[in-house]
Amino acid sequence: MGEMEQLRKEAESLKDEITAARKAVQDLTLQDHVAGTAVVGRVQLKTRKTLRGHLSKIYAVHWGDSKLCVSASQDGKLIVWDSYTTNKVHAIPLKSSWVMTCAYAPSGNMVACGGLDNMCSIYNLKGKDGNVKVMRELAAHTGYLSCCRFLNDNEIITSSGDCTCVLWDIETGSQKTVFAGHLGDCMSLGVAPDFNTFISGACDFTAKLWDIRDGQCRQTFGGHESDINAIGFFPNGNAVITGSDDASCKLYDLRSDQELITYQDSGIMCGVTSLAPSLSGRLILAGYDDFNCNIWDSLKAERVGVLSGHDNRVSCIGVTPDGMACCTGSWDSFLKIWN
Amino acid sequence: MTIKTLSQHGVQRQQMPCLTKMERMIISMQDPDMGIKLRNQRLLITVIPHAMTGADIFEWLIKKFSISDEEALHIGQIFVKYGYIYPLKEPRNLILKVDNSPYRFQTPYYWMSTRWPASELDYAIYLAKKNIRKQGELIEYEKECYNALHKRINHTWDFVVMQAREQLRASKQRRKADRIVLECQEQAYWLVNRPPPGTLDNIDHGPERRTTNTRVQLNADFYKKEIEHNRISLARNRVKSSICLESYVKYCEQYQPHDPIMQGCLPSNPWITDDIMFWNMNCETVSVPTKLRVERWSFSFMELLSDPVGRKEFLTYLEKEFSAENLCFWQACEDVRHGETSKIPGKVDEVYKQFLAPGASRWVNIDSKTMEKTLEGFKRPHRFVLDDAQMHIYFLMKKDSYPRYLKSDLYKNLLARAVVPQETKKSVLPFIHRQRHSSPSPALATQAAEDDGKTKNSNSFKSNSGTASRL
Repeated sequence: MGEMEQLRKEAESLKDEITAARKAVQDLTLQDHVAGTAVVGRVQLKTRKTLRGHLSKIYAVHWGDSKLCVSASQDGKLIVWDSYTTNKVHAIPLKSSWVMTCAYAPSGNMVACGGLDNMCSIYNLKGKDGNVKVMRELAAHTGYLSCCRFLNDNEIITSSGDCTCVLWDIETGSQKTVFAGHLGDCMSLGVAPDFNTFISGACDFTAKLWDIRDGQCRQTFGGHESDINAIGFFPNGNAVITGSDDASCKLYDLRSDQELITYQDSGIMCGVTSLAPSLSGRLILAGYDDFNCNIWDSLKAERVGVLSGHDNRVSCIGVTPDGMACCTGSWDSFLKIWN
Repeated sequence: MTIKTLSQHGVQRQQMPCLTKMERMIISMQDPDMGIKLRNQRLLITVIPHAMTGADIFEWLIKKFSISDEEALHIGQIFVKYGYIYPLKEPRNLILKVDNSPYRFQTPYYWMSTRWPASELDYAIYLAKKNIRKQGELIEYEKECYNALHKRINHTWDFVVMQAREQLRASKQRRKADRIVLECQEQAYWLVNRPPPGTLDNIDHGPERRTTNTRVQLNADFYKKEIEHNRISLARNRVKSSICLESYVKYCEQYQPHDPIMQGCLPSNPWITDDIMFWNMNCETVSVPTKLRVERWSFSFMELLSDPVGRKEFLTYLEKEFSAENLCFWQACEDVRHGETSKIPGKVDEVYKQFLAPGASRWVNIDSKTMEKTLEGFKRPHRFVLDDAQMHIYFLMKKDSYPRYLKSDLYKNLLARAVVPQETKKSVLPFIHRQRHSSPSPALATQAAEDDGKTKNSNSFKSNSGTASRL
């Protein structure tokens, strides 16, 4: 007992030293720094399309390219939409309807999903006979699948309620690397623009940056007061943006190893469920439990717009790779495209 | 105010942190001096004390937080949805009406934070009371719940009926006005926690998350790893925050013309004008790229390499410089990195033969240390075996060929020839009622007509400079 207490104290004191080291490089406040930057002004986005077809809560949406996206709903369907024409390109029935996440491969050849079945199922969209079939079922997690993201057609990273993230080899269906270190359910993950690292947000209120090649946790970021539900990279790959149940979003800079900006407002009480930066990173779109989506000026930390139109929680949001439009998915079973 | 705490070695965890914030606001709303002025409100023939109108709530929120109408309505709705304020006139309709409809604050006894999740036993008692008071007063879905509960907790049913009778007896002793208030409060609580089927379940919050940390053992091994991780973290180099913030400002500035949500796009935004010209002009294999696209290649080497057209142009340039093998090598390494696992050994072998072997046809210049390490790795080829070599060549190109390419005639000519798309003019066709606008930039267009939130549903399109009608 005595030894463990000593170790715990040592770990804590090192943490305090890290906090001091982080403070030491804080030479300028955000307000001072962006005083000269032009104001964005009010941003009003309109709904351009509404994608109807799901019969139950939508839990996740992911863009494949500028028009195609995949959405997962608890009606047990994975739908690939041509969102521009609002046509359903594929409607894939799932074995388990308790789906919580979905992903589109960068190549456009595959989609993946998973949820309370603890598995990540990979579907081949470009099968020879035109039918969409399950290609692989990646099973090894001991908790629900909260998020998954393809690195390429052969590798996928998943985050799970068993507190770990895993890198899988799709071909063999085996686990290549297990990223363990979080103390709570991992709720979301994001891959860096250079594909060398990825970030995970968890119910232990921290976000961690992992090296894909050696499986090590490179950096840990704290400061949130509740579960981190959403996470993403700033477009230049040098910062991590997180959204939490404590109703705030934070920007953590990787080079100075600390939180630099917090996005919160006394009028916002409900938690953040999802977030996505615009192409330049100047705007951050965040979906909340109170059925709205707020648009933040990432540099000035001010709210510059609201997307309201959903009749239930906004559960997922994504911006197209060309930055042209954003898609929100909600528990009201509709997807809306805005710009 | 912690709502659901946990014991043992878990982290103190609060369920629904939004409730604390809501309660703070509710308490300040009830402040005797600065809060909402409560009055007696009439409900049929009875006078209900300490009530307010929907309009009162709405105006107080606007004044207190200096927010727009829309936002005040939104916040007000949340309080009604979560049961902190309940309507007196139409209790089943949990919305905030901004008129003189009467509302009342829910008593803290029935707050979400004190009594959540609602217990089955309490619900059974509530339904039993209703049933006893007036036989057949239960609504259809309540009857179903009652019967289901009767089956499920049959073993405590005597207790349920006894409690129900006791509570009814106690309530008869109260004044009529008090009795009505208590009944309203109780009914409001159950409407939120057991919503009728078909209505929105406002407090639904998805699959349960574990509140105790039971998966990770906080033992000596764990702390040793923590210490190691912290030591490495402490030793890392940290860049000054001012430099980092500056880089974000610069990045946003540089990419703003490329961000359609910030600044619109030319010729027009396909989502708004139904004209897909933008996508056609910017597709992967276009012969004449747009000016913005060519400019973007100068932002960073990665931008050039990620664009297939950029890579092609760069390859042409390198061929003139007799260093095209560098780019080919880089691409071959990418293929190994992102390709199928089973093909890796074969691909690595090819790469060695073509690029690394002495006398290879497309030999690349790698320093001896990296070469040694790479060759060692070839004994057991894996996905990342070529990473070091690839990085070496990448930096070689980035520091040398790339800057020279940007200064070259090849690039400059391409930039001069590059297309700047014409803005699509607005066309008015008689049978299409919807107005079309070319690339209104959402960020800039609304500065002309600053609204106070009332235009949420308006169909007025703000005019943009440069649009003209054309038949």
